[in-house]
Amino acid sequence: MIDAIRQVGAKTVNGIWKFGCATRFSFTMLARSGMCLRRPQLVLDEIYFTGVLSLIIIIVSGLFVGLVLGLQGYETLKRFGSAEALGTLVALSLVRELGPVVAALLFASRAGSAITAKIGIMKSTEQLSAMEMMAVDPHARVIAPIFWGGAISMPLLAAIFSAFGVFGGYLIGVVIIGVDSGAFWSQMQASVDLREDVMNGVIKSVVFGVAVTLIALFEGYDTPATAEGVSYAVTRTVVTSALAVLALDFVMTSFMFTGV
Amino acid sequence: MKRTAVDLWVGIFVVGGLVALMVLALKVGNANTVSAGRGYRVTAEFENIGGLKPKAPVKSAGVVVGRVESIAFDNKKFVARVTLLLDKTYEFPKDSSAEILTSGLLGEQYIGLDGGGDEQLLKDGDRLTLTQSAMVLEKMIGRFLFNKAAEGPAAEKQE
Repeated sequence: MIDAIRQVGAKTVNGIWKFGCATRFSFTMLARSGMCLRRPQLVLDEIYFTGVLSLIIIIVSGLFVGLVLGLQGYETLKRFGSAEALGTLVALSLVRELGPVVAALLFASRAGSAITAKIGIMKSTEQLSAMEMMAVDPHARVIAPIFWGGAISMPLLAAIFSAFGVFGGYLIGVVIIGVDSGAFWSQMQASVDLREDVMNGVIKSVVFGVAVTLIALFEGYDTPATAEGVSYAVTRTVVTSALAVLALDFVMTSFMFTGV
Repeated sequence: MKRTAVDLWVGIFVVGGLVALMVLALKVGNANTVSAGRGYRVTAEFENIGGLKPKAPVKSAGVVVGRVESIAFDNKKFVARVTLLLDKTYEFPKDSSAEILTSGLLGEQYIGLDGGGDEQLLKDGDRLTLTQSAMVLEKMIGRFLFNKAAEGPAAEKQE
């Protein structure tokens, strides 16, 4: 009994400790990211790694999410005789929620896990220590470029996801089912607001990008220097960043879309 | 500067992302409707605005000619003061009337403008004097029931 309580306490203290380390890690990384400005090639390589290589999965999933939204939305809206509102439904759900959230979840599992594995293996094979020995700062040379690459890629990926989702909804709604094309677009434009909806979606995706990349980097940096440690770290990255994305999404939604 | 394939792909990716953002802003969103620079403001007072909300469309003959900019409560006259932002390309006579209508049975509420016959046109800051409030379903049902109840005994007496 006492043991169980003790374990709960140890877990809590450990969690808070880890959170503090992660905060310190982020500040160190941000403070030393001056090198990214002097050598933008480093960041470009990371955008290629996290962004360009994630394009296929983002485009295909966006398209299919849009197709499914179009089908399901049509079936439901048809009952109320307002199938023309399909554009509104598809665009609002993608721009406000599904675009940023699903893109962030895909980003965490496609790019976040790769980042953790990369940093974790660099650490367990003592490449990071070797860099420090050569007076190369691993924070500035390796970690900061990955962070900026991820933080830049994620909003772009979310925008591409939403755009392809809307296109998927258009394909199903207008091309296949035959909803009126003019009504589809005009209803969509009448109800999607540039600042309220599109901008808030972009803000969400920026926050998710920062959160997922930071979690992935820290889990890799904090991993025990064994093969098993790296595998656990990769798992923790995917789980933690998925939970963080969903929790942050709830918090931001409750701030952004209240009233009116 | 040395050019690599990575640079090209990153360029394609970034341009693609920005194009997607532009599509969302222009095609999906309403960045290209009335903005403050190209319109004029008119106020109207209503006894009851029902479920009217800011950004609701203002339509004349079914065509969107502007949007509801803000809704305030006048604490002296106890009426709602609605500010409309109308597109500059559409001009209306001074005695035009505004009413609050509903699109469809369960649709959103909008303001309908009917042009009048005055020579003078509406200018920025003018006030529409002819207004008709929103229909409130409860009040209508209440009135209907009241009329029925008043009819009932009278009809019986005639027999």
